[in-house]
Amino acid sequence: MVVYWTDGLIFFLVIMIVLLGWRTAGKEHLRRPWRKVAENRMGMVSLVVLLFFVTIGLLDSVHFYPDLEEGSAHQSNEAISLFDEWVTPIRVQDEKSYSAPFANRLFAKEMVELTDGQVVWDYPRLHYGGAHLHDESRKTADIIGLAGKGMLHGLAIWLLAIPLIYFLKQRTLKGVGHNLIPIFKGETVLPLRAIALTFLFLSILTCSAAELALHYHIFGTDKVGQDVFYQALKSIRTGLMIGTLTTLVMLPLALSFGILAGFFRGWVDDLIQYLYTTLSSIPGVLLIAASILMMQVYMANHEEQFASLALRADMRLLFLCLILGITSWTGLCRLLRAETLKLREMEYVQAATAMGVRRSVILVRHILPNLFHIVLISVVLDFSALVLAEAVLSYVNIGVDPTTNSWGNMINSARLEMAREPVVWWSLAAAFTFMFTLVLAANLFADSVRDAFDPRRAAD
Amino acid sequence: MNKTLLSVRNLRTVFVQGGQQQVAVDDISFEIQAGKSFALVGESGSGKSVSALSVLRLLPSNGKIIQGSALYRGEDLFLKPESQMRSVRGKRIAIIFQDPMSSLNPVMTIGQQIGEAILIHRRIDRDQLKVRIVELLDQVGLPFAARRAGEYPHQLSGGMRQRVMIAIALAGEPELVIADEPTTALDVTIQAQVLALLKELQQRNGMALWLITHDFGIVSEIADHVAVMQKGKLVEQAECSRFFSHPQHPYTLELFKAVPSIDHCQRQEEDVTKGVLLKLDRFKVFYPIRKGLLKKVVDHVRAVDEVSFELKKGETLALVGESGCGKTTLGKGLLQLIPNSGGTVQFDDLDLNSLSQRELRQARRKLQIIFQDPFSSMNPRMLVGEIIAEGMKALNGELSEEARRKRVEKLLSQVGLPAESRLRYPHEFSGGQRQRICIARALAVNPELIVCDEPTSALDVSVQAQIIELLKTLQKEKGLSYLFISHDLAVVAEIAHRVAVMKEGRIVEIGETEQVLKNPQHPYTKTLISAVPKLNAEGFKKIELSH
Repeated sequence: MVVYWTDGLIFFLVIMIVLLGWRTAGKEHLRRPWRKVAENRMGMVSLVVLLFFVTIGLLDSVHFYPDLEEGSAHQSNEAISLFDEWVTPIRVQDEKSYSAPFANRLFAKEMVELTDGQVVWDYPRLHYGGAHLHDESRKTADIIGLAGKGMLHGLAIWLLAIPLIYFLKQRTLKGVGHNLIPIFKGETVLPLRAIALTFLFLSILTCSAAELALHYHIFGTDKVGQDVFYQALKSIRTGLMIGTLTTLVMLPLALSFGILAGFFRGWVDDLIQYLYTTLSSIPGVLLIAASILMMQVYMANHEEQFASLALRADMRLLFLCLILGITSWTGLCRLLRAETLKLREMEYVQAATAMGVRRSVILVRHILPNLFHIVLISVVLDFSALVLAEAVLSYVNIGVDPTTNSWGNMINSARLEMAREPVVWWSLAAAFTFMFTLVLAANLFADSVRDAFDPRRAAD
Repeated sequence: MNKTLLSVRNLRTVFVQGGQQQVAVDDISFEIQAGKSFALVGESGSGKSVSALSVLRLLPSNGKIIQGSALYRGEDLFLKPESQMRSVRGKRIAIIFQDPMSSLNPVMTIGQQIGEAILIHRRIDRDQLKVRIVELLDQVGLPFAARRAGEYPHQLSGGMRQRVMIAIALAGEPELVIADEPTTALDVTIQAQVLALLKELQQRNGMALWLITHDFGIVSEIADHVAVMQKGKLVEQAECSRFFSHPQHPYTLELFKAVPSIDHCQRQEEDVTKGVLLKLDRFKVFYPIRKGLLKKVVDHVRAVDEVSFELKKGETLALVGESGCGKTTLGKGLLQLIPNSGGTVQFDDLDLNSLSQRELRQARRKLQIIFQDPFSSMNPRMLVGEIIAEGMKALNGELSEEARRKRVEKLLSQVGLPAESRLRYPHEFSGGQRQRICIARALAVNPELIVCDEPTSALDVSVQAQIIELLKTLQKEKGLSYLFISHDLAVVAEIAHRVAVMKEGRIVEIGETEQVLKNPQHPYTKTLISAVPKLNAEGFKKIELSH
C-alpha cells in the first residue's frame, strides 16, 4: 500500500463531501433544492455518468506495490493502482508501435520473416490485437460476436442488479414486479426510469468494451505501442484531480478573502481588492509556467526527496493543482465579496449585532451559510473549466508530467501524429471522446444544480 | 343614465403550482360604470391584483382563467385573440402599477417613454409628438414639463415618477384606468397629491377608474362604488356613501374596526412611571460627501442633525416623518448599529458613545430593535428556536440548553405562537407571525428599550391591529419603553404617549400625542396631518356605536 499526496487529498475530499451530504440530509431548507436536482431527469442522468467517471478515478487512486511474480515475496518498485490491477491485460499488452483501432496488424510496414524463412516487406501481425484469429477475414464477425457477448453480460448484470437493489432497500423481494411497473412507465417523482436506463447503457458499454479490450485495442495503440483506451481511462483520474483538488485550494482563499473584504470593508477591503486585481492582471499561463519551472528545478536539485518517477509525477500534478488554485480564486472571491456586502446590510445581521453577538460568530452563523449556494454553483461550473484548462496547459507543455496519463498529454502527442500521412487520429479521438463526455456530464449537472438553487426559479 | 363600461361576470382564476390548483379569484362579478370610480378593497393575497391582471389577460404563465367573462362595451375580452388584445391594453384600458421605481426604464428619458406609449396607439410626427408629451406632463402636474421630458427617471422623486406613470397610462387616452395600489410606495403628503390628481383627471377626462387598494381612507376620498374582497371572493359591494354608513358583511366590519384612526389618541401620560431611561443630547449622524482625487470630505449629508429628546421608563415615543427624514438613521444610530458623528446618548447611567466594544456588547441587551420588513430580518437558514435563542447565547452563555429551550417556548407563547414553532423555519410563517417572532427575539434578552422601526407598515390592517395590541400588552406587563418609528399618524395615535415630528434630520415638534395631533404648532406637522386620507367621519361614528 502506498498513498500519494493526491490520493490522500482526493479521499479527504470524498470524506468531506459525504459529511456535508450527511449534514444536509438533516436540514430541511438545505435538502429542498437537492430534491429538486434529484427530480431533474437531465441532472440525474448526467450525475450517473459523472459518478461512473468518479468511480474509475477513485479506483485509480488506491496505489500499492504488486508482487513481482505469483507467490513471490518480492515486490515491484513501481506502484500500480487497484484499477491497473483489474485492467491488467490491457495495461501490459503493449505492441511495437502504432496500430489502428481494432487492427490486427501494425500501422507501418516492416521487414517480416515468414515461417518458411522468407523475408517480406509487409504489415506485421500484432502481438496481442487480434492475435487469436487464425483466419483474418473473420475479424469483423469476431468483433461483432465479442461485442454481442459483452452486451449480453451487461444486460444480465443489469437484470440481476435491479432486484438486488430493490431487495437491499425493501429487505424483501415480495411484489418486486408489481412495484417496478411505475418505474418503467416513468410515473415516479424521481426520474428512476432514466436512471435505470442510463445504468443499462453504461453496463452494456462497459461489458462489451471489457470483452473487446481483451482481444483488440479498441482505440488502437500509440507510438510506443501502449493501448490508447487504457491511457484514456487512466486520464480520468488526472482530469478529476485537477478539477477537484484545485477547488480545494481555491475555496478557502476565495471564501476567507471574499467574506473578510465584504464584511469589514475599509482597509481590509482595499488590501484584498488590490491583491486580486493585481493577481488577475498577470496572465495565468505565465504564472503557471514560471512556478512549474521552479518546481522542476527544485526537484532536480533535491533528487533524494523524490525517489521514484511516479512520486515526481504526482508532486507535479499536486503542484499544478496548487498553482491553478492560486490563480483562479479571484473570480469567486469577487462574487462572494459582493454578496457579503449585500448580506451585511441585511436586517438579521443588524439584529444579531443588536443582541451583542460577536462579529466572528455573525460571520460564521449568518454570512457563511447564506453564501453557500454561490460557492456550490461556481464550484460545479468551475470543474469542467479546469478539466479543459489541464488539456490546454499540457498542450503547451506546462501541464502535468509527461509520464502521467492525461488527455492534455494525449492531445499534445497527437500534434505530431496528425502531421503523419496517413493520419494517426485515434489518440486525439479517444481523448476528445472521454473529455467531452466528462465535461458535458459535469456541465449538465451544474446546470441542474444552478436551476435548483436559483431563488428566482424556485417557484414555491 | 350610467353606462356600463366593464362588466366582469363569474370570474375564476387559478394558479397551478406543483400540479395543484390554487384558486386566487373565486367567482367574482362586478360592473364598472363609464366615468365613475370603482374601488376594490382587500388585504394582501385576497386576489385584487390578480383580478385586474385577469381582465387584461396579463397573468403570469402559471395563472389561468378557468371560468367567467369580462365584457368590455359588450365584447368579451377573454374571447379576443391576443393580437386584438394588444389594442385594448393601453388604448382602452390602461394600468398604473404600485412601484414607480421599477415600472420605468432607467436608461430612457421620461419623454421617450411617454412618446413610446403614444406612438403605439397613434402615428404622429416628431413635432406633434413633442407637443403631446409636454401636454401630458402638464396634465399630470409635473412642473417645467418641457424640461422634465429630457430627464431620466432617477432624477425624479417617487411622487413625480408616479405622475409620469400616470402620464404614460393617459397616453393612449383610455376609457378605463386601473390603478393598482398607486400610492402605497409614496409618502403621505405625496399620496394626497397623487390621489387628488387621479380624481381630477378622472372627472375632467370622463374616464372610469378602477382603484385597487387596501386603504379605506383612500377609498372614502376617491371612490363612487366599493367592493370588498376576501380570499378571492367578493363579500360586499355598495355605493361609497352607503358602504361607509351601513357596512353589511362581518368581514368589512372587522376591517373597519382594525383601521386605526388619527382622531382618538388612546394613551395618556399616567401609565408612565417617571424616570428618564434614554436621553439624547445634540445627537448627530452625518455622512461625508467626498470629492476629487484624494476623496477629500467637502461636505456632509446631515441625516440626523443635533437631535435631543428624553424617553421615560414605560413610555412610547413615536418618531414621525416622511421617508428620508432620518428617523430610521436616528433609531439605528442611537443603538450604535451605525456610527454617529457626535452628541451624547445617555441610557440609564451609561454613555453609549463612550463604551468600549466589550462594554457595549454587554449594554446591548437592554436596547433591542424590531425591523420593518419581517422577511429580511431573520436568517432564512436558521430555525425559529435558534433565532430567538441567539441573543441569550451571546449574552448569558451559562444558561443550559434545557433552560434556553423552556425560555424560547415561553417567549413564543407570550407573542401568541405555539411552542412547536421553534422547530420551523421563518419562511413557513406569514408576515404577521414573523413580526411576532421578531418581537420574541427582541424580548429574549430582557430589554428595557425597544426601537420599533415601522414594525407594522409591511402588514395588513387587521394584522397591524394585532401587533399593536401585542406591543401595548407587553409594555404594560414588562414596563418596556418603545421608540416607535412610523410614517403612519393613525398608528401613532393608537400607540404613542408622545410624538416627535422629524423633518430633514431635525425634530420640528415634540409633545403629547393628543396635543400634537389635535393642535399641531409647526406648519409641517399641519401638512402631514391634513394629508392623511380620512374615513367619512360621520359614517365611522356610526360603526363605533354599533359595537
